[in-house]
Amino acid sequence: MKLEELRFGTELLKRGFASMQKGGVIMDVINAEQAKIAEEAGAVAVMALERVPADIRKAGGVARMADPEKVTGIIDAVSIPVMGKVRIGHFVEAQVLEALGVDMIDESEVLTPADEQYHIDKKKFTVPFVCGARDLGEALRRIHEGAAMIRTKGEAGTGNVVEAVRHMRAIMGSIRALKGMNRQEMIDYAREIEAPAELVIECSERGRLPVVNFSAGGIATPSDAAMMMQLGADGVFVGSGIFKSSNPQMMARAIVEAVNHYDDAKVIARVSRGLGDAMPGLDVHTLKEDQVLQYRGR
Amino acid sequence: MSTHSKKIRCCNTVGVKIGVLALQGNVSEHIGAFERALKCMEREDQSSVFPIKQPAELQGCDALAIPGGESTTISRLIDKNQLHEPIRKFHGGIFATCAGMVLVATCVDNPRVHPIGLIDMTVNRNAFGRQRESFEADLVMDCITGGPFHAIFIRAPVGTEVGKGVNVLARIDRGIVAVEYGKHMALAFHPELGSDTRLHELFLKKNGI
Repeated sequence: MKLEELRFGTELLKRGFASMQKGGVIMDVINAEQAKIAEEAGAVAVMALERVPADIRKAGGVARMADPEKVTGIIDAVSIPVMGKVRIGHFVEAQVLEALGVDMIDESEVLTPADEQYHIDKKKFTVPFVCGARDLGEALRRIHEGAAMIRTKGEAGTGNVVEAVRHMRAIMGSIRALKGMNRQEMIDYAREIEAPAELVIECSERGRLPVVNFSAGGIATPSDAAMMMQLGADGVFVGSGIFKSSNPQMMARAIVEAVNHYDDAKVIARVSRGLGDAMPGLDVHTLKEDQVLQYRGR
Repeated sequence: MSTHSKKIRCCNTVGVKIGVLALQGNVSEHIGAFERALKCMEREDQSSVFPIKQPAELQGCDALAIPGGESTTISRLIDKNQLHEPIRKFHGGIFATCAGMVLVATCVDNPRVHPIGLIDMTVNRNAFGRQRESFEADLVMDCITGGPFHAIFIRAPVGTEVGKGVNVLARIDRGIVAVEYGKHMALAFHPELGSDTRLHELFLKKNGI
């Protein structure tokens, strides 16, 4: 086998990587020590961050890509995949994370957007991307730009699952509604939701998004995670929910088991016992409009 | 890509039952690939492919697939679900891909993986590097006819050594990427991600299906 005959960074490799994460929990971590706890607990990957979303909210100001030293420290600490966040539209932050060897890039509304017009042209990269979405149109626009994975946005850093539920129901409901449409109606619907018609038709044929769809933004307990799986998520991202809880080791393990047995209430009941306090939550309705992260990017 | 099962019963023949270990990873793709393989072999009417999570469900299977995913996670869940011994003692063949190959080996380079030891081989995880080093390549394999197999390697492992009786089916410069041992097969790549079912069919034939 000659090296020049190998193909890197293809759509199949990007979507295939995302597919390997299915049924798993991806955990936000801010240092090597947390990354090791996440790996030990059974996380399928970690998201390397400067701060978890709850602290980004508190800190205010401009939130950017993490310090490369921190990212490298986390990469060296664990053998599972490491993901990293970049600002929406900030293609140079993405180039930097790719150069560092990050396995997947999250073009994330949790950081301050760098471009209010364009998202990153993700097809130019070898490394796969995950992007947030609140509805089917947004998800398909991101996939059209080259996202290999979608995560419903929810409302990060709140510990409140209500927005995650809203977004997952919106996407799953829209896909179910496609079943009753003929081709003409689907093309019309695609125009309405500002999505490419061929991707709408593909969703209808598959009965699901063409890429893996995880849930994110507000998952704080094993029950939250299992509910998102029952609503149709392929897996979950847990941001502040683990390392802002009173016992991160136990919470991390419990959420991994709850996702594995998401349809078995007895297991969820068992793993939920004596976990201590979940992260303190925020009522989403008390947030001012500029504090609502899900409105960033569309 | 949600997990699903297909059961069609026929009155005169005994169906084959293929379980896919559904703890984490590429489960529904393996179910789809086995269903396509059975169709190519014209055996789909007698057979079923379904996800399994519990030791009791193993009893009803003629063969088992251990899919790709994150090997440290799957290993932890195998232990949590008390599947380690039942899989080690499983009577049928095992089709293990990527993380699956790591799990069925006897020796793994990472202490977080608790290998089942079904195939006497030493495996290194992430042997090619990070995701940016994941690749597609045409693999020449003598065990199949009809040209090279288009193989998809994602953060793939390689075998560095195999024991007696383990037959190497494919090797590249970094090491061993496909083996067979008795009824078992282990592959470092992902045949379930493409449309080519020749390796799934080969496994089914080895298991008398």
